[in-house]
Parts: sequence; C-alpha cells; structure tokens
Amino acid sequence: MTTTETAPGPRALARQRRRASVARFWRQYRSERAGLYGLTALSLCALLALFAPLFVGSDVSSVTQAPGRPMQSPSAEFPLGTDQFGRDLLGLVIWGSRVSLLVGLLAAVLSVAIGTLIGVTAGHFKGWYATVMMRITDWFLVMPTLVLAIALATVMSRSLTTTVVAIGVTTWPTTARLVRAQTLAVETRPYIERAQALGGGHWHIMSRHVLPNVMPLVLAQTTLIISSAILAEATLAFLGLGDPTVVSWGGLLQDAREAGAVSAGDWWYLVPPGIAIAVVALAFTLCGRAVESVLNPRLGVSR
Amino acid sequence: MTADATPALVEDKQRTAAGPRVRKGSAYPRYLAGKVAGAAVSLLAVLVTSFFLFRLIPGDPVKTMTGGRQVSAEQLAAYREEFGLDLPLWRQFTDYCGKALTGDFGTSYQFRAPVVDKITEALPNTLLLTGTAFILYTALGIFLGTRSAWRHGRLGDRVNTGLALTLYSIPSFWLGLLLIIVLSVGIGPLPGMFPTGGMESGGEEGFAYVLDVAHHLVLPVVTLVAVEYGQTLLVTRSALLDEMGSDYLTTARAKGLRDDLVRRRHAVPNALLPTVTLIFINLGRTVAGVILVETVFSWPGLGGLFYQALSVPDLPLVQGLFFVFAAAVILMNTLADLVYPLLDPRVAR
Repeated sequence: MTTTETAPGPRALARQRRRASVARFWRQYRSERAGLYGLTALSLCALLALFAPLFVGSDVSSVTQAPGRPMQSPSAEFPLGTDQFGRDLLGLVIWGSRVSLLVGLLAAVLSVAIGTLIGVTAGHFKGWYATVMMRITDWFLVMPTLVLAIALATVMSRSLTTTVVAIGVTTWPTTARLVRAQTLAVETRPYIERAQALGGGHWHIMSRHVLPNVMPLVLAQTTLIISSAILAEATLAFLGLGDPTVVSWGGLLQDAREAGAVSAGDWWYLVPPGIAIAVVALAFTLCGRAVESVLNPRLGVSR
Repeated sequence: MTADATPALVEDKQRTAAGPRVRKGSAYPRYLAGKVAGAAVSLLAVLVTSFFLFRLIPGDPVKTMTGGRQVSAEQLAAYREEFGLDLPLWRQFTDYCGKALTGDFGTSYQFRAPVVDKITEALPNTLLLTGTAFILYTALGIFLGTRSAWRHGRLGDRVNTGLALTLYSIPSFWLGLLLIIVLSVGIGPLPGMFPTGGMESGGEEGFAYVLDVAHHLVLPVVTLVAVEYGQTLLVTRSALLDEMGSDYLTTARAKGLRDDLVRRRHAVPNALLPTVTLIFINLGRTVAGVILVETVFSWPGLGGLFYQALSVPDLPLVQGLFFVFAAAVILMNTLADLVYPLLDPRVAR
C-alpha cells in the first residue's frame, strides 16, 4: 500500500487519495461490532506483550530463582498460582505472549509472502511457469497442513525459526490460489493494457498495478492466517516440537501435562494459557472477517 | 474457514469455464479418469516426499535409536544393516518405493515390529473415533448452519455463529485436557464420570464391552465435535445465505408453500452442494485433528501412535503414518471430486 506513488509531481495527490481511502475503510470497519471487539482485544494483548518486561523480569522462567512453592493454587501473592517449580504462572503467561504472538505473526507473514509471490507471478506469467506453480500449489493444498508441519518440525532442530518455517511453508497455498484468481481478474482491466502499450515491463505491472489491487485481499488473508498460525504454534509446542528453551503458551500447556497437572486436577495451571491462545486466535479471526466483509460485502460472512 | 472454502470454489469455476465443452452424457467417465490419475500422481508425490523429508534429519538415526546407550561398533553396523541404512541413498530410495508399493513400510525402531502391523492394529480404533465424531459434527453443523441462515441476524444466529467461532479458536488438545479435569478427575463437588483415557477398561465381554468402549468414546468425540462442527456450520450458513436471494425461492413462496417446506425442499438441497465438497475435505482434516485428541486421551489409534513415534523419533513409523495421513486426505478429496458432479452435472462439463 505504501509503494503506489508514481512520480514526484502527483505524489501529494496520491497521498491524499490514500488517506481518504484509509478513512473510508475505517468508517466501514467501525460499523462491524465483532471486528471492533477483536481489534480492542488485540491492542491490549499487543501492549501487554510489548511492555511485558515492565511487569515481569526476564528471570520469570528461571527454575532456580522461583519465588514460590511448587503447584500452589491461586492466591493474593500468585494470582494464577505456581507451576511445578514454584514459578509465578501469571508472569509466565504474560511472558509467553511475546513468543506466541511473534511466532504467529512471523509465520503468517512468511506464509502470505510466499503465497502472494507465487499467486501474482503465476497469474501474470502464463504458460509453463504458471502450470508448474499451480501444480505445486495444488499438491500442497491436498496435503494435511498440520501433519506436514509436524513432520517438518520433527526433522529440523528445535528452534523458533523451525516453528516459523514449518508453519509458513505449509500454509501458503490458499493464499496463492486467492491471489492468482484476483491477479487474473485485475489483468483483464483496460489500464493494464494501457500500461503495457506505454512500455511497462513485467516488474512494473506486477508491482505498480497488480500488487496494490490484491493488497486488500492479502491483508484480510494475513489476519485470518495469523489466527491459525498461533494455533499451529501452540500445537507444535504441545507435541514437544517447539523450542524448549523459550516460554510460549503451547509450551506451558505441555509443561502442565508433563507435570501431571491433569490427573492431579490442578486446573489453574491449564486454564490461563489456553484462554490466552483462544482469545488471541478469536480476535484475529474476528478482525479478518470484519476486514473481509468491508472489502467484499458479497462474501456474506457476517450478514 | 472462508479461506479454506475458496480454493474448491475457485477451482470449480475454472473447471467450468476452461473445460472443453463435451456432451453431458459422455463427460463423466473422462472426468473420473482424470481425477483418479491425478490422485495417483499425488500419492506418488507423497511417497517421494515421505522418503526425502525424513532424510533431512541431521545426525545418525542409529544413534537416536540406541538412545545414547553404550553400543559397540559391531552392534551399530548390525543395526545399520538391519534397517538398510548402510546402502547408498538411491538404493535406499528404490528399496523404499518398491516395498511401499507392496505395502511394506519397514520396521519400527521402537516396537521392533513391521510398521504396517502397527498401523493396521491402530486403524480400526481411529476409524471408530473419527467416524463417530464425523457423523455427529456434520449433522450438527448442517442443522445449526441451516437454522442460522434461515433466521440470520436474529439473536439465535448471532449466538450460533459466535459460539462456533469461539470453539473454532480453541486448541482441541486444551479442550480435551479441561474435559478430563472437569469430567474425569472431577473438580470440587463434581465427581469424575468418565475414564481419563484409553479405549477399554479390560475384562469386559459382549455387550458390556460395547458399553465400556462407548463410555471411553464420549469425551474424545465431544472434543472433536466441538472443535470441528463450526466450520461446517459457517459454510452451510453462507452457502444458504447466497441461495436465499434466488428468484426460485420467491416463486416457491408465491405458490403458497409453507416456509419450512421452501427451506427443506428447495433452498437447503441447492445450498448443500458446496458443503458436500467441504464435508469430504473436513474428513481429511479431522485425520490431522485426531492426532492431538488421541494423544490427550491416550486413544490407541493412529494419532496416538504418531505422537509416540515423534518423541523418539521413530523414523520408519513416522514415515509410514505420514503417508497414511496424506493418503487419507487425498482419497477424501478425490471422493469429493467424484461425488460432486453427480449432484451438480455442470461441474463435469
């Protein structure tokens, strides 16, 4: 959206037009109540994650400096209780938001970037390149995403990068198909022909004409994918395939299960991380649906 | 959810637009042959991937297998020979493919038993769990989705959609763990009513055995249904909403048909067409979801086996299960492709 300016002259005009369209978008978005709830929840979570070091020290995950006794139920001192090492669970859940949100965002960005690149190029260049790319996309599409991500995470070393890559490279095909369909639609418009007649190259047409037109779709798609990426991160961590040295919500749930919190009935260990995952995933889904219905009222998702 | 639904729709549109115009009667066999061939190619691609994916692993599988125990060089060599790891990569690959085509996926590292035996042992248990859950969540999703769309915008619709979206955002394994704490272990005055895991208590015979398995089945099925029905609901709802503006519904009403007859006889059958594709695709996705639910409830199925194999990692078993899961999804997608034109003849044209 930021690379649409053409020449220095009409730049001010372009900026003005862009500001107007953002304002229009916001006006319509505001009328989606669920979308507003999602946005509020997300802003709160983002602030909490950004300023986590102010509330909890980075030693919150240290086993040796645990402040409490093991497996204490919630009290005034520890509002969410303690884990099997006596660490403060409230602090851990707040600290875990950093990893969960970061991995979710990065994985979604990677996934959407791959999908957009393949979708736009496959829609723009026809012929054998598009055929090959769409074959690959179709093939990824029929694979069970989670199983493939688990397999990838199994064969690579345990790290955050692994998690991001495993989620990113398995979830892009839906984006690629959407973007390609949109690219094909955009490229039939007369001004593309005009740009070609004036000597615009492939790169010019893709980056200046096609991409700005697919961007809104890509934005909605990103919001929806972040939600599934956060769930996927939690799943991988729960299966013990995440980075064991960092605190994440899925990792906390795995710790809880391994510590026997389930059979002992220590519900306070399990409830907060799960609620955190659900709230963030739901918030991103609500935002994505709101963006979608603003951009494409015919989708009918929230009618 | 909308993202998942779109590809199928996009594909269908392209197929109708770009496909050669053949006369209606002769189109289906050719369409069928194309789809089956496509599925065969996909299966082959999965086979190749399953081989190379698991060779990416850094380190020596034999060392992993022996788990850091003291073993002599001769023993290591013997292991290598036993699992065929001493051969060059291309020989391993041709051996693997050749054997896999005859249904032989090698020997599990941790169980010292053929992978195929472990899989056939666990398969019926998974089919029981997913089958039961699938029937329930599809019925529930279609029922609630139809009601929701028919009275869209009302309180009932908003509650339905909201609940479906919320449950859809909940990690299935977390819901399972909570259900165990509340209903199996028991919390406060609430006694534990269901078993915490497994499939049978043992020692039961005949009808008592069936009841016992059903008792063990309740919580895993509830978990799967809760996290899966939302998608069917949302797709049914939006398909029916798309259908509701149609002229033929106005005509049906103008004829004086009762509202619920218009819904049951006219709107729903037409709106279900896109849902059919999704139902099959969902069934394939449930296969992946079942990994987590089986892990949480120690259900002796493919998913639980996959988790056991991952933690070692037991490569031949992971490989075999990966193939089975992917094959299940491909099979389901192909079935959806084959059934769809029977319901909507425009597709195969």
